[in-house]
Amino acid sequence: MAITYESIATTTLGSAAASVTFSSISGSYTDLIIVINGKTDTNTAYLAVQFNSDTGNNYSYTVIQGNGSTVISGRSSNNNEAIIANLGNPEFGTFICQVFNYANSTTYKTMLTRASSVNAYVQATVNLWRSTSAITSIKLQMQSGYNLLSGSTLTLYGIKAA
Amino acid sequence: MAVVSIKNKLRRGNLLAGNDPYIPTDFESIATVSVGSGGVADVEFTSIPSTYTHLQVRILGRTNRSDQNGDFFQTTFNSDTGSNYSWHFLRGDGSSASATGGTTQSMMESNRVPGSLITASVFGTIIIDILDYTNTNKYTTIRSLGGFDGNGSGEIYLNSGSWRNTNAVTSIKFTNSGSRTIQQYSHFALYGIKGA
Repeated sequence: MAITYESIATTTLGSAAASVTFSSISGSYTDLIIVINGKTDTNTAYLAVQFNSDTGNNYSYTVIQGNGSTVISGRSSNNNEAIIANLGNPEFGTFICQVFNYANSTTYKTMLTRASSVNAYVQATVNLWRSTSAITSIKLQMQSGYNLLSGSTLTLYGIKAA
Repeated sequence: MAVVSIKNKLRRGNLLAGNDPYIPTDFESIATVSVGSGGVADVEFTSIPSTYTHLQVRILGRTNRSDQNGDFFQTTFNSDTGSNYSWHFLRGDGSSASATGGTTQSMMESNRVPGSLITASVFGTIIIDILDYTNTNKYTTIRSLGGFDGNGSGEIYLNSGSWRNTNAVTSIKFTNSGSRTIQQYSHFALYGIKGA
């Protein structure tokens, strides 16, 4: 029986890095899951994604967020990266990002994320990449000027439907 | 058929003695529906085996609703359309957050997916977790996360729901409220998760 939920790649940072890229992603799965336990320089810096090295203004998001006192919803359009949420500092934040039907060449690509940043907020985000291309690479990058810090772990999983 | 050892990820061409032990996974694909040309009115998973502990449904969806941006998927279990469901959700529409719910309903509303007012290539996504679905001592409870973004529009939801019935879940049906069509390229995948 084929493996349904499989680890594809893992990175654990031994030093600070502005980004981590998963490349040459096989098209043999149905969905991708990115599990991140990461820390950055400040809890006001966000983590974002670019697919297939696309730096055009082809990304947007809708978000709902609770910051300990209020709940808000926001949106941003025509961005050059898929902004997910703020990472943690001093604690490590946890993100689970789900990319659906990433290998099809018909639909735009949607990513759902549950994010927990202890000193910031709890958040759910839906990102859109306006491209019908199959995803072959994922670059996870910090907001410009900030880094993912040592000890941050990023793992890519594939889920394969019957 | 190639098999892959969970233990050390080595791929073998067969299960002959001397190869690494093959250990079945705990997260398994049960069934998948890919909606074809013309769309469908509903999607139903039937004859769900009782050999798992939990279920997960992963949906990429869109309908042809034309009067609003989004369209709810409605869930029923075991063909029960009695007033045995309740649900509530937290919703963000890009400008404000809101919460709503329903009690004594004939179905369970989950997240909204885009209708025809949203760009054709945009599909909504939903992950539904159904825990302990075979337990006959508990009502069935679900939680879900879902949403869609249309580059200037969109919605995101956190849901939970209850089916007030202690029967094991053997079927799950997804429809929408207005007899609309679930569009081509929508994709429904059912997975089973085993406990120890």
